Amino acid sequence: MAAKTITLNLKIWRQAGAGASGRFEAYRLERLDTDMSFPEMLDVLNERLTLEGREPVAFDHDCREGICGMCGAVVDGIAHGPAKETTLCQLHLRHFQDGQTLTIEPFRAKAFPVVKDLVVDRSALDRVIQAGGFISVNTGSAPDANGIPVPQHKAEQAMDAAACIGCGACIASCPNAAAMLFVGAKISQLALLPQGELEREQRALAMVQAMDREGFGNCTNQRECEAVCPKGISIRNIARLNREFLRAAFIGEPLK
Amino acid sequence: MSWFTRTASSSLGKKYIMALTGLLLGGFLVVHAAGNTTIFFGRSVFLFYASHLHALGIAVAVAEVLLLALFLTHAITGLLLFVENRRARTSRYAVCSSAGGRTWGSATMPYTGMIILAFLFLHLVNFRFIDHGVTIADIVAAVLARPLYTVLYGAGLGALTLHVSHGFWSLFQSAGISHPKYDRFIRISAWLVCGLIITVFAAILLLLLVNSNQLS
Repeated sequence: MAAKTITLNLKIWRQAGAGASGRFEAYRLERLDTDMSFPEMLDVLNERLTLEGREPVAFDHDCREGICGMCGAVVDGIAHGPAKETTLCQLHLRHFQDGQTLTIEPFRAKAFPVVKDLVVDRSALDRVIQAGGFISVNTGSAPDANGIPVPQHKAEQAMDAAACIGCGACIASCPNAAAMLFVGAKISQLALLPQGELEREQRALAMVQAMDREGFGNCTNQRECEAVCPKGISIRNIARLNREFLRAAFIGEPLK
Repeated sequence: MSWFTRTASSSLGKKYIMALTGLLLGGFLVVHAAGNTTIFFGRSVFLFYASHLHALGIAVAVAEVLLLALFLTHAITGLLLFVENRRARTSRYAVCSSAGGRTWGSATMPYTGMIILAFLFLHLVNFRFIDHGVTIADIVAAVLARPLYTVLYGAGLGALTLHVSHGFWSLFQSAGISHPKYDRFIRISAWLVCGLIITVFAAILLLLLVNSNQLS
């Protein structure tokens, strides 16, 4: 099959550093192979900028196969771009038209300060996980695989929630910059399993408290998060978060 | 802080407050619409309903205070959430588009809420804080015979439609009530109740505009 090439006009957010004011810069890229991924296109641009002695565009990326959660930017107002259940690195140029103009912005939220250009600091999510997104177990030799029975449908639901790669697109797309889909998924993957049962109340209280401390917004059930999530995490997990927290608030031990 | 105030002031706590007060206000709306259907049967039925309602005496006063508390809690918590949510995104996107989750109702909740609040003042001035020397039937007929009020009440109704079209479903999600077994049922029931209430109110508006003898 003969390779197809297109021309794209890019408007990319450039910001020198955390406190600096940013602005859009326009670039025109010609003869782009449509089999290229989005970060590969940015590589092409950066190669050119470097050769011209200009500052390359800073953007986050790592595995480039849609599983690490490192990449992400907002393309024409949609986090991770227009393709459903796709990370930015798995978005290929065949989804765009020849001559199309794309506006590329960083994830915007108060809790995600811009580090440089398209790179944002998502460590707020790490701090929410550190507050309770784990189970406390003594380490030792590996337990027997079926030592603790788990019903198949529960295992499936927990696995669906555990598919969250923590990319932050839910927060970027939420009109309120709320982190409920992320926290809902992280609460659910443990709440559904017997291993997570022991600490479920403390976990719900601590993670919600940490989430509020980071300055995320409040969920108004607009479902934009679910629509952009590259892993198709359902807002059913937000409902579970709401249940878990309500239960913990009324019958759990208060946090120390 | 006690566990209760800590829960109530958390992000999820405020959602529960919105859901609970929203549910109770929705219940009031259903009763209000049901009571108003007596207008369809003419002056005597409407006045019969009004006199029996006021015969409840102290219960009406208590209900009014509770309603005021509900409205205030819902509106104040809602405004607080609106401000907090705006603060959670300090820099705006240059391009704003929906990935398909938002509806007209969900995207406009704070704004329709404020319109409803303004409408409530008008509504109370028209029918509650007024000289009750004449019967309520005459007051209603006089106000809603004027096209200006049909337009104002229509706008209030429009905002209410958008608001409850999202709210009736949203309150279940906020309370954590979501399951494949009954998600569809909740979604459809929410639309039906919303449609039914709005139809009743809209029909009354139009009826009193075109037929000035409905309540005489």
